Amino acid sequence: MNLSVDFLGVNMKNPITTASGTFGSGMEFNEYTDISKLGAVTTKGVAVEPWEGNCVPRVCETPSGMLNAIGLQNPGADVFIKRDLEFLKQFDTNIIVNICGHSEEEYLACIDKMNDTDADIFEINISCPNVKSGGIAFGTDPKMVEHITNIIKQRSKKPIIMKLSPNVTDIKVMAKAAEAGGADAISLINTITGMKIDIHKRSFALANKTGGLSGPAIRPVAVRMVYEASSAVSIPVLGMGGIRTAEDAIEMMMAGATMVAVGTANFNNPIVTSEIIDGIKRFMEEQGISDIKDIIGIV
Amino acid sequence: MSTNVNRKPILFGKVVSQREISEDIYDLTLDISGYADLIQTIQPGQFASLYTDDSSMLLPRPISICDISKDEGLIRFVYRKVGGGTGLFSNLKPGDSLKMIAPLGNGYEVLDKINLKDKNCLAIGGGIGIPPMLLLSKVLSQAEANVTAVLGYRTDDLFLSEDFKPYAELLISTDDGKAGVKGTVIDAITASGVKADMIFACGPMPMLRGVKVYAEKESIEAYVSLEEHMACGIGACLGCICKTVEVDSHSHVKNARICKDGPVFNAKDIEI
Ligand SMILES: Cc1cc2nc3c(=O)[nH]c(=O)nc-3n(C[C@H](O)[C@H](O)[C@H](O)COP(=O)(O)OP(=O)(O)OC[C@H]3O[C@@H](n4cnc5c(N)ncnc54)[C@H](O)[C@@H]3O)c2cc1C
Ligand SMILES: Cc1cc2nc3c(=O)[nH]c(=O)nc-3n(C[C@H](O)[C@H](O)[C@H](O)COP(=O)(O)O)c2cc1C
Ligand code: FES
Repeated sequence: MNLSVDFLGVNMKNPITTASGTFGSGMEFNEYTDISKLGAVTTKGVAVEPWEGNCVPRVCETPSGMLNAIGLQNPGADVFIKRDLEFLKQFDTNIIVNICGHSEEEYLACIDKMNDTDADIFEINISCPNVKSGGIAFGTDPKMVEHITNIIKQRSKKPIIMKLSPNVTDIKVMAKAAEAGGADAISLINTITGMKIDIHKRSFALANKTGGLSGPAIRPVAVRMVYEASSAVSIPVLGMGGIRTAEDAIEMMMAGATMVAVGTANFNNPIVTSEIIDGIKRFMEEQGISDIKDIIGIV
Repeated sequence: MSTNVNRKPILFGKVVSQREISEDIYDLTLDISGYADLIQTIQPGQFASLYTDDSSMLLPRPISICDISKDEGLIRFVYRKVGGGTGLFSNLKPGDSLKMIAPLGNGYEVLDKINLKDKNCLAIGGGIGIPPMLLLSKVLSQAEANVTAVLGYRTDDLFLSEDFKPYAELLISTDDGKAGVKGTVIDAITASGVKADMIFACGPMPMLRGVKVYAEKESIEAYVSLEEHMACGIGACLGCICKTVEVDSHSHVKNARICKDGPVFNAKDIEI
């Protein structure tokens, strides 16, 4: 039985990674679950300089999901390289570094710093709904998507995944723009912009007013978008959005994802990634699937 | 590296008893004797993340550890029923199982670092911040400190106050004046004239601000326990920060993670 996949020339022992921002750099979750078991760890978004993030409350629960407006708090590239990458390097897993920026220059400066590190792949967040500039501003205009992909691709020494926003009318257009810009892969979906109001306090549940919706509540949207995007491009897709069980991951792969990231579900169960990997094995046994690659985009 | 790490368990506690000790206040005791080593490590001020069995409520509920029995392997929580999650917990019956991770966060770590003998300590709890003061008072009194528990209530239901009596002198304040001093915990302290070398506090933010101001004025070292909405509960998501005076060690901005770096902080290190 073969669970491994080739993703952008990197051999992944299985198709499961973590969704950026839900797993830190693995330090905390490794106390509960063996991160070496993962195909890759995708790290929290990192920028060239430290970012403070938003005011609290930054998170709230919603039915089968949650809203977050962390605002990409991060320690900046230098600390990240010294501490987080040094930590991750010890493990038998691949490293996908998620990169954010407020401007083209900031993205490129961060890429420059990460180019000569042990990162295997870069995931470029052009879809964060919770920062005022950068993020989603880049990710919702196809011309910008193509342009930013292009300049990052030229600068990067590692394969790049462009992380797309679901907050668009036609995801296929964005996927094609990333492909045209030279992306090695795309990942989707980032969170869907939402809002919650505390009716007793008569005010917003989050200090940022709006936040990004994640968790099982968004899974059907994610599956649809992964299906549409993967059908529109010939580069591989990293699928995410609401994955909580092995069945969910398999569904995402059947929709067209080569790899699958698990995010919010980690908060519900700190060992969920390990359970998903075991569950995929069981499903393959039961269904007589000898190679996981055989189910990618099978629908 | 990957295989020889001692992983932390996901605990399944077995309900031993649950009682409604005041309106909407529940007192829940669970057997976690299967995790004997872990119980030994629990410090006052630490909390547990409790998971509901309703899959539409994804996030764990952070609840302070109110008391433990190291010999019997018991852990006790006292919580107020305020919403969906605590509503489900309030239905738990003896024999039921509850999933959690614990202990989490840094409690009153300072207790390990100083000689508490004969120190005058105030354990200040307001409302649903009272429960964690119980384990604290117990540990302080075992270390032969002189403990005064200053408990602030809305009215005279005074839940849990009897439990403090073996460990602490009691000072009570109530919002409506039906018991103890009418007013805040600080009013109760001032009225009694009690002198303190150290302060420990947990409760609503206005109370904690009052404690911080009082401690600064009186030059008393104060440790306060903070609350914030949480997602991971273990320091990974950066959902639960508080502003700090100095640059924090994790993100190198001025944001400490309440779930991991706290929930207990030296009052002078945080901006509240
Ligand atoms: C470190 C810490 C210790 C705590 N200790 C206690 C305790 O000992 N006893 C007690 O009664 N309460 C305690 N609380 C508050 C307790 O976590 C909330 O009352 C509880 O999560 C409410 O859950 P719910 O599903 O009933 O309410 P809902 O309002 O339905 O919850 C919805 C979401 O909001 C979160 N939430 C709601 N209120 C709070 C709050 N005040 N703080 C943090 N998250 C909140 C919930 O966890 C959940 O994710 C503590 C909070 C923290 C952060
Ligand atoms: C608390 C939190 C923080 C996040 N931070 C980031 C981030 O830093 N960079 C990023 O590209 N996506 C971030 N995301 C989005 C996730 O990586 C993912 O795309 C989204 O949550 C959908 O997956 P899920 O439903 O499995 O969580 C974050 C999501 C959450 C819930
Ligand atoms: S709740 Fe995730 S960092 Fe505190």
